[in-house]
Amino acid sequence: MKNIFSRRRACAALLATTTMMVTVAACGTSGGSASSPTGNVQFWTLQDPTNTVQKTAVDTFNSTGNGKVNLSIIASDGYKDKLRTGMGSSKMPGLFFNWGGGSLSDYVKAGKLVTLDKSLESHFLPSALDAGKVDGKLVGIPIRGTQPVFMFYNKKVFTDAGVQPPQTWSDLTNLVKVFKAKGITPFAVGGNASSSWTELMWIEYLVDRLAGPELFNKIQAGDWSQWKDPAVLKTAQLVKELVDSGAFGKNFGSVSYGAGGTSTLLNKGKAAMTLMGSWEYAVQQGEAPEFAKSGMGYVAFPSVDGGKGDPADVVGNPTNYISVTTTAPSKTASEFLKTSYSDTYVQGLVDKGEVPVTTNAKAMLAKAPDPAYANFQYDLVSKAPSFTQSWDQALGLTLGTPLLTEIQKLFNGQSTPEQFVSAVSALKK
Amino acid sequence: MVSLTSARLVRNRKARDRAAPTLERPGVGWAIPGLVFFLVFAVAPMVGVLYLSLTSWDGLNAPQFTGLANWSRFIDDGQIWQSTLVTGVLLVGNIAVQAPVSILLGVWSAGHQRNRAVLSAIFFLPLLLSTAATAVMWRQLLDPNFGVPAKLGALFGDSNVLGTQKGAIVCLIVVTSWQFVPFHSLLYQGAARAIPNTLYQAAEIDGAGRVRQFIHITLPQLRNTMVTSTTFMVIGGLTAFDIVLLLTNGGPGTDTSILPFSMYQTAFRTYDYGYASAIASFLLLLATGASLALMKISGYDKMTSTLEGL
Repeated sequence: MKNIFSRRRACAALLATTTMMVTVAACGTSGGSASSPTGNVQFWTLQDPTNTVQKTAVDTFNSTGNGKVNLSIIASDGYKDKLRTGMGSSKMPGLFFNWGGGSLSDYVKAGKLVTLDKSLESHFLPSALDAGKVDGKLVGIPIRGTQPVFMFYNKKVFTDAGVQPPQTWSDLTNLVKVFKAKGITPFAVGGNASSSWTELMWIEYLVDRLAGPELFNKIQAGDWSQWKDPAVLKTAQLVKELVDSGAFGKNFGSVSYGAGGTSTLLNKGKAAMTLMGSWEYAVQQGEAPEFAKSGMGYVAFPSVDGGKGDPADVVGNPTNYISVTTTAPSKTASEFLKTSYSDTYVQGLVDKGEVPVTTNAKAMLAKAPDPAYANFQYDLVSKAPSFTQSWDQALGLTLGTPLLTEIQKLFNGQSTPEQFVSAVSALKK
Repeated sequence: MVSLTSARLVRNRKARDRAAPTLERPGVGWAIPGLVFFLVFAVAPMVGVLYLSLTSWDGLNAPQFTGLANWSRFIDDGQIWQSTLVTGVLLVGNIAVQAPVSILLGVWSAGHQRNRAVLSAIFFLPLLLSTAATAVMWRQLLDPNFGVPAKLGALFGDSNVLGTQKGAIVCLIVVTSWQFVPFHSLLYQGAARAIPNTLYQAAEIDGAGRVRQFIHITLPQLRNTMVTSTTFMVIGGLTAFDIVLLLTNGGPGTDTSILPFSMYQTAFRTYDYGYASAIASFLLLLATGASLALMKISGYDKMTSTLEGL
């Protein structure tokens, strides 16, 4: 009997402790009352080299007494999954880092996001703000540098061949012949399934040069029939011509993006050019610092004869954004958003090699690690009549993922240009 | 007379069972923690997935009941049947490569000489590496410009190894085998060590050579282990996902997009949880069916000890 009694008592004690723990935990969470104008706010951000700049901004903000921002730094693999899960649950963050475009429109439709104050717009470059808007409403403002896509080339390879980087599409096709004759792959492209976004960049630019940005704008707005536009078919045909002429080499289907793949091909002179986002510079700095410093040239994507698009148009990632959800205390959030264009924050980004899209950034670029490169990007973006966001980002993963698969099939020759058009048109059910 | 004795034996056993049930079998209560665990973490999610397969759910808003819409889409989806086919090809390919190699390696390493211990330790190394590390390493090795194919052009042609369906499937089989042969060898090693030496001594006296001993003693004695190992391979093959994600990402195109990968892609890349649940349910059916079939074919359900009669 005694035995049983003591066991029962132990059980009761255990139960009591558990109850207490649960109650205490509950008290803890209910403390930060969600709807009050000031209070604490959870901020989810992506793990990257600019985290230190962000950390400083958060610390400074927290010392002002306008409520506290708790920074959660999340590893880039799985960030989007975690965010999606978080947004569907009660653990939704108050502020979060994102890529704008399609991912935001899902959250807007679900009623999770707060429309931001229009007065914020004056602090940023207009072309970089578009992807932060859904149906004309501002739901995200820039917090990182811009990442336009343009052509990188190996200067030595070009000097040896006695040629200039391409200005027009016919320059480009001529260069393919020149470099092929010399046994050099004209363009490095990552064609394996996890790098097929590097193939997407070609499609984006060709459609923009041929038809102008309006075509994709309509598609993004939901008019899926626009895929039938002749410019899309023409783009697919141009890609097929490039592939068939050996512009990407024979085995690009096994090549992955980055060090050990396309970047190494470029810096070793095995490939003459690569179409890539501005982050290529940082990748080369990590892998071949000498090449990044003096061996690498860069130039805008060439014009296409007879195309309706402005050759000054840019595609890529305008920037990354910060958005506010309905759980965030409104005063804390709106006060904190102001830090994203403060001089110290912008200067911090510039020091890290980023090119911020704020109006006050131009003056600070002189102090960038490579001012010429920073100014090239800033001018490219600030002078661009339009900056089309990478399609996979703009459409959101739901449509972007199968689109990438279709593009890969086109590059691999698994589908013809006509099949590509009909497959892509059929993606939206 | 014989029947009478056996009848009495049965009656005696029954009586004994009634008299002292707790002595021989533990009470049902002991199974409760296990049952609860199984219900909460296995049965409930399965029921959940079955329910979700009847809904349309994007993960943000509440699931909407759509009846059999996902399933009719499933049946019409050519991609799914291609995925099923590729899953099957990988499964058969993996078993065809791994089973013989692991049996030979396992039996060989069951010996007791010192060099075998050292060599086996080396053979078992891949088992210690995570799939992520394995995949990254092999992807570097298979790089067409800087990896092995570039150096051995005669073997690999234009070295577009991961860029063709055949090449990608062969790579997946090679890498999976490289990673899991050690595990299966370990099973066979243990089983081979358990074979009584007297069997071999008797065979030797009868004049059987090494090959005959292997065919007539070792292989039959390893029968149960083969079933276990093959079951592991089938289940592992049907749920293999990480290696595909990291090595080929389902490509080129959708050529190596096996069922678990399609499921992942549908659920976590295109946020179509309802349809992904349908794929998951199909996979569950397939795996259950395969392991049941395996048991029937091998007679695992009425398995008796191979040592009987010794």
